[in-house]
Amino acid sequence: MDFQLLVDIFPQVLLDGLILGFMYALIALGYTMVYGVLEFINFAHSEIFIVGAFAGVEILLGLKGAGWLDGLPWPLVLLLLLLAGMAVSGLLAVTVERIAYRPLRSAPRLIPLISAIGVSFFLQDLIRLVESIWRNAFNLVYPTLDALNLRFELTETIDVSVKSIVVIVAALGMLWVLHLLVNRTKIGTAIRAVAEDQAAASLMGIDVNRIISLTFFIGGVMGGAAGVLFGVQYGLINPYSGFIPGLKAFTAAVLGGIGNIPGAMLGGIVLGLLEAFAASYLSLLTGGAFGAEYKDIFAFSVLILILIFRPKGLLGEIVRERA
Amino acid sequence: MLSVEALEVAYGGIPALNGVALGVDRGEIVALLGNNGAGKTTTLKTISGLLRPLRGAIVLEGESLVGAPAHRIVLKGIAHVPEGRRIFNRLTVRENLMMGAYPRHDAAAIAGDLDRVLTLFPRLEERIGQVAGTLSGGEQQMLAIGRALMLSPRLLLLDEPSMGLAPVLVEQIFETIVDINRQGTTILLVEQNAAMALAIAHRGYVLETGTVVLAGTAAELSDNADVRRAYLGE
Ligand SMILES: Nc1ncnc2c1ncn2[C@@H]1O[C@H](COP(=O)(O)OP(=O)(O)OP(=O)(O)O)[C@@H](O)[C@H]1O
Ligand SMILES: [Mg+2]
Repeated sequence: MDFQLLVDIFPQVLLDGLILGFMYALIALGYTMVYGVLEFINFAHSEIFIVGAFAGVEILLGLKGAGWLDGLPWPLVLLLLLLAGMAVSGLLAVTVERIAYRPLRSAPRLIPLISAIGVSFFLQDLIRLVESIWRNAFNLVYPTLDALNLRFELTETIDVSVKSIVVIVAALGMLWVLHLLVNRTKIGTAIRAVAEDQAAASLMGIDVNRIISLTFFIGGVMGGAAGVLFGVQYGLINPYSGFIPGLKAFTAAVLGGIGNIPGAMLGGIVLGLLEAFAASYLSLLTGGAFGAEYKDIFAFSVLILILIFRPKGLLGEIVRERA
Repeated sequence: MLSVEALEVAYGGIPALNGVALGVDRGEIVALLGNNGAGKTTTLKTISGLLRPLRGAIVLEGESLVGAPAHRIVLKGIAHVPEGRRIFNRLTVRENLMMGAYPRHDAAAIAGDLDRVLTLFPRLEERIGQVAGTLSGGEQQMLAIGRALMLSPRLLLLDEPSMGLAPVLVEQIFETIVDINRQGTTILLVEQNAAMALAIAHRGYVLETGTVVLAGTAAELSDNADVRRAYLGE
């Protein structure tokens, strides 16, 4: 075993893990916020996420087609992509809640869950249909922004692309804004009040339905931003690309303690790191017996272990203690 | 100020109120008495919009409230302290109080009402940054009442504010209720503790299985032989 190599790649793996982790964290917030308010798993959130990626790619392709892509400064382009992804996913999440979940609010728990799974399939094929008609293809490639692909070497073994930094900074910024919104504003306090007791919240004059819509909107906005960052980072998207990241983000939310916002952030980052380290180190540490393709098995085994010892998730307990 | 007429409410087809009628005049404390299951909580919940009546009228100063959702009825100036307090355990005391003022935008007046509530309940001021779930039962009741006062309501609905409290605290809470009333808030008070309720109320109603069976001034009710037997333990 080449010990020096293990040490040398460490920072690179850490960085990859963080990027993946922040992406999971952004998606996980959508699951956890909705769960916090409705105790309901929005299985269509993986598609709400990938729709953000499609909104981004459409803007990029549109700019490129118009010949403006190279003329505009890249931070502006990126901002445009993010705003488009956030707006489209946020509005989609609100619409889905209105049409597919709200009418079922008083139905037995399984019913809206089935509806969510239905919406998930529906959206996958809707994206496919729309893109097939519009572009004659549904596997789309994010046009590269040259500036984003610039890499600079920190040391001989670590190099960082502008892209990676952008993803991390954007994700951190969104998480920070969300934290301020939920914990420092009146509307955020209302979200937490509705999460705890809807009837009591309505006695405060809080329009519970509006707060639920808002929660879906915020979750969708985070998911849409994650979708754009996913596209920028990994390049290739199709209507089904949301499924696996969505599932993993959901796992991250459970790992952190479903319903718990800091938990979703922590769970996402832990899962991202586990996955990145498994992908790089499993093969090295086992002399090639287990390759990188075992990363999910490894990551999920660790998750199951954690959940055996902390069934409410990493931060799930805190809520209970305070309750 | 408030008039309720022929109110009928059912839970999934099972009737809970069969034509309740009552009135509250501006400035009054009105007690609503009755045994467990008589329909007191149901009456308050229907007034505040948490439940929809099958039939009947609820009119606040000439305006019908029937059919309006709870968050809109709050805007009319009715604050409801629900049975079992229902404070937000995971929010701090301050956040709970600020949620009470949720529909209001007059920052200066809200700050004034916060001062007033904290003067009324100094214990809350000591614990203003504490998470509400860690308060004692008595403190939670103070918070529930304080939170409702943050609306600066015209009419305050109180559902068993004495429940689960030690006698000293019960007395203190009742004194505070009188204070709140003197400061200009009209109160409809649901209580199991009939003696205490009648001691501070101007008028009262007695509810039995979803109907008002007796009504009168607090003195009349206190002197009524049936009331004395059934609710005052004589
Ligand atoms: N959510 C509910 N579902 C079905 N029945 C209910 C519900 N809430 C109350 N009831 C029934 O309605 C009737 C009136 O209940 P309500 O809670 O209004 O009584 P109460 O006078 O407040 O009693 P208590 O003094 O015990 O609080 C009771 O028979 C009760 O069982
Ligand atoms: Mg009751």
